[in-house]
Parts: sequence; structure tokens; C-alpha cells
Amino acid sequence: MTETPRELTVTSSPHLAGEDSVPRIMHGVWLALLPAAFAAVFVFGYQALVVLLLATLGCVIAEGLMLTLRGFSWKAVGRSLTDGSAIVTGVLLALNLPASSPWWLVLVGALVAMSLGKHLFGGLGNNPFNPALVARVFLLISFPTHMVASAYTPPVAGFGESSEKAAARYEEQVDARSYATPLTALQEAIEKSDPEEARAAIAELRRNYPMWHLFVGNIGGSLGEVSALALLLGALLLFWRRSITWHIPIPLLLAVLLTTGLPWLLAPDSFANPLFHLLSGGLLLGAFFMATDMVTSPVSPRGMVVFGVGIGVITAVIRLWGGYPEGISFAILMMNGAVPLLDKYFKPAKFGAAGRRT
Amino acid sequence: MPDVTIPGLVLAAILVNNVVFAQFLGICPYLGVSKRLDTALGMGMAVVFVMVMAVAITWPIQHYLLAPGALGEEIDLSYLSTIAFILVIASLVQLVEIVLKKVLPALYQALGIYLPLITTNCAILGVAILAHRQQLSFLQGLIFAAASAVGFILAIMLFAGLRESLEQRDVPESLAGAPIAFITAGILAMAFMGFAGLGG
Repeated sequence: MTETPRELTVTSSPHLAGEDSVPRIMHGVWLALLPAAFAAVFVFGYQALVVLLLATLGCVIAEGLMLTLRGFSWKAVGRSLTDGSAIVTGVLLALNLPASSPWWLVLVGALVAMSLGKHLFGGLGNNPFNPALVARVFLLISFPTHMVASAYTPPVAGFGESSEKAAARYEEQVDARSYATPLTALQEAIEKSDPEEARAAIAELRRNYPMWHLFVGNIGGSLGEVSALALLLGALLLFWRRSITWHIPIPLLLAVLLTTGLPWLLAPDSFANPLFHLLSGGLLLGAFFMATDMVTSPVSPRGMVVFGVGIGVITAVIRLWGGYPEGISFAILMMNGAVPLLDKYFKPAKFGAAGRRT
Repeated sequence: MPDVTIPGLVLAAILVNNVVFAQFLGICPYLGVSKRLDTALGMGMAVVFVMVMAVAITWPIQHYLLAPGALGEEIDLSYLSTIAFILVIASLVQLVEIVLKKVLPALYQALGIYLPLITTNCAILGVAILAHRQQLSFLQGLIFAAASAVGFILAIMLFAGLRESLEQRDVPESLAGAPIAFITAGILAMAFMGFAGLGG
């Protein structure tokens, strides 16, 4: 069959196609996550690299497995594997885990993300919840000892290594002081019953975590929680490529600033200042890379703003008064659940429809 | 009377100890009438109404009849509370329904079938029992009931929205319908675990 000349092809509108496609967006997102990944490897060493590779590989394999189980042809499986969405989930998952995660924790996370988080709902574009976050919250409540504060310090046995031996090796190799994450330290400080002690703890916190360290990333935490600088670099890339807009992350961050700022203004001695909240924990990672996931966020700009504010307020409330030191992953999951309602109640006006007179 | 603040009580009932997500009470209406948003809202309203009524009527019964020593030194009827509550709540709602139909037909129409449906629900009995187990005062009990019902509305509205949207998604055939609804409910409950320990 001869190819019809371009000028003679007759099609219905639209005639102008944008350059955005799933592979373009997805590959852009994991590229934008690379600075944060590099920072994590720089701070935590080869352990972080192992977690990153394991999570990415695990997600890609799990994606292939799920697609095959769902009866897709090899061609379709190949196309899905190369569109980059599994890589994004894998890197995001790794950035949500501590560097000391045992290998099985990472693999269970990858499987949960791809099955429970994504393919049970019908795969890419159909999942109501962010897959990486479903996996993180699943791991957090299933294996709390590996995911909470203490997991950020103790050594973990490698393949076929006893934990005693690993501990000895760790003692030999240790080349950086490790301590509780800033948010855990903050929570312990807040929970002190004696107000004097609490105040002293907050003051010590301020000495231990100068803003500059929080910003550059010389702190404990999950892989993606360490360097605000690297995350902002990645976010800039996403903004530049127009993969994300301001409608979700900026209201989200403002809501956190306001909610944590009010109690701080009232009692500066007993609360951490809002900037500390902004730079610590997974807030920036969540705000720029996970809340902005196109599939699991509202469609209309107004819906996005409400979505962002909701996440910000819930995050701040969990941080200030909740039992968990960090709340961003729970907050995003909850608001993911509210997206259908937001889409329903914040519909953009139809083009050409008569507006309400005000 | 325990030392609780009203905002603390309300927040705990709505978010931390959400009837559906944290206590797994009232799962039958939660799954049964969450296919569409408007029916979900109707059910939610009926729950608010019945829950507050239930606590309003069971609290005096518990305190003045069933509590140990309420009727006399040696008399302890507290083992009767479950069956007494069920009986009282069911007959009360039937009575209210008859009265509503005559006096406030508009409200009766709005609550519709959900009023009798919710009567024998475990969430209602659960909240009535929890209210006196936490040793709340009468007023606190009413606020606790209303807040629990608001928590139920929150849960069922979120869930109904998700289920409506799931119908447009490419869910694998073997999981469409009830299975994916259960999975979605599970993930929502996981997300709400983030509120655990709030204010505690």
C-alpha cells in the first residue's frame, strides 16, 4: 500500500497535537528525581544505591509480571515497560525508604506498588492512589520496625550475613555519625511532659539541625528526605518542562507554613519554626513529585488548589499532634481518595456556557 | 465524667477513631449504599439522625435502670444492656418513623428507606455502647454520637466518589465490582491510620 501524502490526509479535529506523551512525561519525572537520588547516594553511600536499583528493577519486573498476568501481548508489555512509568514508581518508592531497608522490604514494596497500587485498578492512568505511596504506607504499618525512626540508624544484614556480623562490619566501616531524623527528634521534644524539658529539647534541636544542613541534606531520613536543594533542582526541571504547575505544590507548602506557623508564633519556644517543617521530612518530595501525579490529582485548577491545601493541612496536623512524626504520605493518600469528589464539585465551566452573573 | 475536651472528643470521633476506618463498624451500609453519591449522602443523614437519637435514649436507660446499683443496692442489670439497647433503638426508630411520616413528610421523604435500614446497624449499637463505656456525660455522649456520624459521612462520601469513578476505570474483569471496592476501602483505611495517636 502506498503512503498517502501528508497534505492529502483527511482527519477530523484536533489537527494540532501537543508534544506531551506518556513516555515524555514519565522519563522527565525520573530524570528530575536523579539529583535527589545522587544526593541520597552521596549521604548514605552504597546502601542507598542498592535500595534505588533494587526498587527500580523490582517495579519494572513486577509491572511486567502484572501485565503478563492480565493477558497483554508481548508487544503491549514491552511498550508499557519502556514508557518509564514503572521506573518513576521505583525511584519514588526508593526515595521513600530508609537506606537501611533490607532487600525483601524493597521488593515487597515494589510488588505492592505495582499490584495493589496500580494494576488491580487497571494499570497506568486508572489508579486512584499513588502507587509508590500505597507501598510506603503499606510497609510503614506492616513493618514499622524497619520504617520508623530506629530503622535510620542500625545496620542491616546484607545477603546471607548474620546481623551480629553486619553490626561488626558496620562498626568498622562507619564513617558518618548517624542520628534520629529531624522530625523524630522534634516529636520526642514535643512529647516531653515537662514544659521546661520540652523547651530545652527544642533549643537543642535548633542547634543540632541548622537550616543550612536541612537545606543541603546533611541529615538523617529516608533517601528522598535528605536534600531539599536536590529536590528543588528536580522540581525546577519539572516546572521548566511544564510537567507540573504551581496549583498543587505551592498551596500545599503555604498551607504547611501557615498551619505550623500559627502555633509557632503563639509559642516560639515549644514549636519548631515553619521553615524547619518545610525543609525536613518528605514534604518537598511529596509536594513536587507525588502530590502532582497527574493520574491521582484533580483535573481543574481550583480542584488542584483545594487538593494541595488539604494535603498541607493534614500533613501539618499529623506532624504537630499525631502519633507519626511525618504525615505527608498519609495526607496525599487521603486526598487521592477525595479526588473524585473534588473533580465533581470543581468542574471547570463549559466553554461557551452562560456564566453566573455576579 | 472523664477529662475530655469537646474539640478533642469531636476530632477523635471523626478522624482518629473513625467508625468505619478505625473501628470497622457499619461496614454493611458503607459497602451497600456507596455505589452512588446521592444515596450515600442520604444514608449519612439517616445515620446522623438515628445515632444521636440512639444515644439520647440509651444513655438514661443505662444510667437510671441498668447501671450497677441504679435500682437498688444489690441489683446489677448491666448484662442486659446489649439486648435492651437493640430493642429500644429499633422500636424508637419505628416510632419516630411513624411520627415523621405524619408530622414532617419532607424529612421522611428525604431519609426514605435508609431510616429503617440503619436502625439495626452495628455502628448505631456500637456508638451507643461506646458512649457509656467511655463514661461520657449525657451531653458529651450526644456530641460523640453526632461526631461519629459525621465521621461516617466523611468515610462513605469519599468511598462513594471513588466507587463512581472506578466504574469508568479499566479494572480487570475478575476484580470489577465488590472486590475492587474492598481493596479501595482497605487502602483508604490505611491512609486514615495516619491519624493514629492524634492528640494522644
